[in-house]
Amino acid sequence: MFDIVSFIPRAVVQGIPLLFGSTGETLTEKSGNLNLGIPGIMYVGGICGVIGAFLYEQSAGSADAMNGFLTIAIPMLASLLGSLLMGLLYCFLTVTLRANQNVTGLAMTTFGVGFGNFFGGSLIKLTGSEVPSIALSATSSAFSRSLPFADNLGWFGAIFLDYGFLAYLAIIIAFVLSFIINKTRVGLNLRAVGENPNTADAAGINVNRYKYIATCVGSMIAGLGGLYYVMDYACGVWSNDAFGDRGWLAIALVIFTVWRPNIGVLASILFGGMYILYLFIPTGTNLCVKELYKMIPYLVTIIVLVAVSIRQKKENQGPAALGLAYFREDR
Amino acid sequence: MENKIAAVKMRDITKTFGATVANDKVWLDIYRGEILALLGENGSGKTTLMNMLSGIYFPDEGHIYIDEKEVVIRSPKDALKLGVGMIHQHFKLVDVLTATENIILGLEGKGKLDLKSAANKIREICDLYGFDVDPDQRIYEMSVSQKQTVEIVKVLYRGADILILDEPTAVLTPQETDKLFAVLRNMRDAGKAIVIITHKMHEVEALSDRVAVLRHGQFIGDMPTKDTNAQEMTNMMVGHPVVLNIDRPEPVDPKPRLVVKNLTVKNVDGIVKLDDVSFTANSGEILGIAGISGCGQKELLESIAGLQPTEGGSVCYINDDGEEEELLGKNPLEIADKGVTLSFVPEDRLGMGLVGNMDLSDNMMLRSFRSGHSILTDRKNPRKLAQSVVDELGVVTPGITTPVRRLSGGNVQKVLVGREIASAPTVLLTAYAVRGLDINSSYLIYDLINKQKEKGVAVIYVGEDLDVLLELADRILVLCGGKVSGIIPGRGAQKRDVGMMMTKLGGNDNE
Amino acid sequence: MNKQNQSPLVHIVKRGALPWYTAWGIRGGAILLALIVCAIVTTVVTGDNPLQVYATMFEGAFGTARKSWTTMQSTAMLLGVSLAVTPAFRMRFWNIGGEGQVLAGGLAAAACMICLADAVPNWLLIILCVVTSIAAGALWAAIPAFFKAKWNTNETLFTLMMNYVAIQLVAFFVIVWEVPKGAGKIGIINQSTELGWLPVIGNQKYLLNILVIAVLTVGMYIYLNYSKHGYEIAVVGESEKTARYVGIKVERVIVRTMLLSGAICGLVGLLLVSGTDHTVTTTISAGRGFTAVMISWLAKFNPLIMVFVSLLIAFLEKGAGEISTQFGLNQSFSDILTGIILFFIIGCEFFITYKLSFRKSEKKEAK
Repeated sequence: MFDIVSFIPRAVVQGIPLLFGSTGETLTEKSGNLNLGIPGIMYVGGICGVIGAFLYEQSAGSADAMNGFLTIAIPMLASLLGSLLMGLLYCFLTVTLRANQNVTGLAMTTFGVGFGNFFGGSLIKLTGSEVPSIALSATSSAFSRSLPFADNLGWFGAIFLDYGFLAYLAIIIAFVLSFIINKTRVGLNLRAVGENPNTADAAGINVNRYKYIATCVGSMIAGLGGLYYVMDYACGVWSNDAFGDRGWLAIALVIFTVWRPNIGVLASILFGGMYILYLFIPTGTNLCVKELYKMIPYLVTIIVLVAVSIRQKKENQGPAALGLAYFREDR
Repeated sequence: MENKIAAVKMRDITKTFGATVANDKVWLDIYRGEILALLGENGSGKTTLMNMLSGIYFPDEGHIYIDEKEVVIRSPKDALKLGVGMIHQHFKLVDVLTATENIILGLEGKGKLDLKSAANKIREICDLYGFDVDPDQRIYEMSVSQKQTVEIVKVLYRGADILILDEPTAVLTPQETDKLFAVLRNMRDAGKAIVIITHKMHEVEALSDRVAVLRHGQFIGDMPTKDTNAQEMTNMMVGHPVVLNIDRPEPVDPKPRLVVKNLTVKNVDGIVKLDDVSFTANSGEILGIAGISGCGQKELLESIAGLQPTEGGSVCYINDDGEEEELLGKNPLEIADKGVTLSFVPEDRLGMGLVGNMDLSDNMMLRSFRSGHSILTDRKNPRKLAQSVVDELGVVTPGITTPVRRLSGGNVQKVLVGREIASAPTVLLTAYAVRGLDINSSYLIYDLINKQKEKGVAVIYVGEDLDVLLELADRILVLCGGKVSGIIPGRGAQKRDVGMMMTKLGGNDNE
Repeated sequence: MNKQNQSPLVHIVKRGALPWYTAWGIRGGAILLALIVCAIVTTVVTGDNPLQVYATMFEGAFGTARKSWTTMQSTAMLLGVSLAVTPAFRMRFWNIGGEGQVLAGGLAAAACMICLADAVPNWLLIILCVVTSIAAGALWAAIPAFFKAKWNTNETLFTLMMNYVAIQLVAFFVIVWEVPKGAGKIGIINQSTELGWLPVIGNQKYLLNILVIAVLTVGMYIYLNYSKHGYEIAVVGESEKTARYVGIKVERVIVRTMLLSGAICGLVGLLLVSGTDHTVTTTISAGRGFTAVMISWLAKFNPLIMVFVSLLIAFLEKGAGEISTQFGLNQSFSDILTGIILFFIIGCEFFITYKLSFRKSEKKEAK
């Protein structure tokens, strides 16, 4: 039997990192920056949170000595700072120095994944600590504390309330961003920057500032996806490459949602579900079929990509100036 | 006028792009309650100068004063704050947004958008001047003239009192032009300073109070319009008196070469661009195509050249022996394979006819690179051809290995025309062959076209300058909204008649 | 000081063409600067002195004949994928699916080796490996190309997704063919019989791969710069309209070029599977598809320059690996160094295209 009550929470938990990533990337792409560095940024967001938490746990000594607020604030801030720096680097190269966005993004991913794995693998040695592995159980339990009553409300609690606060934050961010993009002046200006920077510039919008802010904030949001993954999903245990290809899946999700963060909330859960569907499909002894199920999110994205390009509906296309550097005096 | 204070004073403005000096120590005064026509040939630096006033470019040197106070305009935003609004030739609108969204784009105000009250304010402005804009319509659904209206409303909405319009009539019908001029006069009477960039003499005379002339990036002079005349202004523009006298040899032994029947074309959006067009182009003759821009000229030439999918009709090529060949439904390669040497000088030189980043010699290969059986390209002959084009047409270039992007407009066109006629065509299609060229280059192009005609080539010449069409073409086909409005002999044709045919099928029949 | 009356402190202008030696001088300077930064970073992390760092790295990359050969092999494989993606890039087709195309090729080679080893003689098996792997790589690339040509589907994202479809496909077959059952990996294919293995020449395991790629490099240089196809690719890349205007069938060029691109990736997959590794895993391509994008771009799509860029990246990889081993650090250290170098080279392009013009009208050169 397909166990929907246990399937949905697992799909949600899988979907939340993707939601963070795709919301961040959508915001970035709205400004015309195709940031292929998102996978790297999510790694950096994750590892910076780990470093922050690790140092704090080490200095505090025991779980009892840890301040509840700092336990959450330190990894959060470290994570945000790490991904902000990555965002700034991307902007400096592509906006200020007008470098090719694809190449810069891929370089950022190489760097970011390397950064994550390097510190993940060498943190203990570098700090000279005497622990066998990075297991931030105290921090993790603060991050993954679910809402009250979650255990008392049966299936309702399991499906809707049984998540750490970052999961709700992801959903709130997605809706807030959706509102900002569509209903506010800043959002209108941002859309114009991504569609036609020349026009936006002529209308008195500071194109570079919008690109910088959108990309940096987008990176920070995406970085939280990495943080959620280690602290909540992985219970505070960092293992190299465990985050896997979720960053790319987040980029796929942006296309799948046709650049709308509010659709992303459901779509990310759908993607999360497709990602773990293989665990719930009875395959008997035939283990290999499970690998084929893991292909589904990518295939679905390809189908959406093709469908959008065939239908040619203007509202469903990505920002028109996506991937192009802007130079006012170009001629 | 002498006691007026200048709204804008530009002093010693200099701007260079790479090696090209676009503006060289230019002085210019703009007054309120006055329409200033900024006159000059294409490439004389008019647009560049105004772009510096509106914050698109930043001057290399010079000073700008607004209301006697020196200002620094770093961006369009700065310009708008100072009340300077520019309506660009290429509209600065975001396609997927609505008129209202475009108009309020970039404005300060409450965080949350209030599209309703913005739309109401837009309606008020429209009522005041008689514009017709639907605030909720998306830009990509609009016609060119509607888009221009949105642009003007946008500037007014922002409270600009110094308005700059860059060749606003280039895309309008005469009726729309009249309407625009009436609006501009209203705004002048309301005390706004208006600058209109143009190179059309009759617009200067009809509209402006004062005219300022630029030539090769330099300021030549300004004067009240009523104190001058077209001849004097032309002299200032081109630097020496021009005899508007183009050769027109009699066609020798014209025979039908290209018979177009019932040609119909729809664009990607399903809009009919050519409707049942029929005509014959003869050898040894220049067939001029007149019409307001966007009336199907591009589609007509591209259909013949095999670049445009068509709905129906036929384009029949007849060679010297009287054999017929259907061209429709064939691509350029198949047409060439049938032995039809058809040359096409497209409107978009660097976007279609040439590759900007390639050098002269590589551009010569575009037509011929397939020749020979080797899988490698032949580089020798293109180099020779490039050298001979440079020598014969006097192309100014550092060498044949210079990317064509770095050449000036006139020289780019010489390279393109040079290559196209090198293949000894029997049909030559040209679209706006002299657009953006100085007088001398233009005459050189007319000369080249006439030489082709004398060789027996059937020339189809799409032009925008009616004076030139009337002097150059043997017959003139007038297009109006994708339909043939009439075909008249070029000799003795009246400009007024052609103008009427352009705006109304068959011309004016109430006389 | 009244800021209102001043022009901006710095403003950016496009420069004319720089002579090639200045342009490459700037790039060389950027690499040098990046190497210094890398040395500092390494020093901070390991406490080793900067000169010693490079001595160690050099040791790691070229210290012994064996190490030199592996570095050469890495260079060749990186170069191979870079060469593969280059024709597509010249056409402005962002093929970042090299990873998937290599996997597809490798998978096809492995399939032949596993399924046909007993059915056909070895010489035929090798030919089949070669043919099928090239075909598989080409097919993998042709799918996004077809949609790009037909409906202008975004190729960057499409090829990216195809990578993961390929990875899962390989993961699927790894379990189908796993030896022994439940091991989750295939192991060395035909270890005892060596059927389907590419011949070893000159007693050097990697020599064949290096030679194949060397020939390919020269071939690609000629193809891109002197052949009719290369010319068509350049025209399509510069302007599709111009290409149509002169009768080039743009769709056909896109598909054809991507077939070539994928075929070379498939070939690299073959070299990896039949030539050196003799097995297939999901990580056989090891991110080369992505690194190749950067190498190709950094070399300005010039195959000859790619040789040096690939060597630089391979050197960093091996050198940083050595540092990691010596100091007991994680192998990913090389990714960090590679990243730093890439950032510098990417950033320096700005100074080649633009110059900064400072206030007070003196025009200084930024670099």
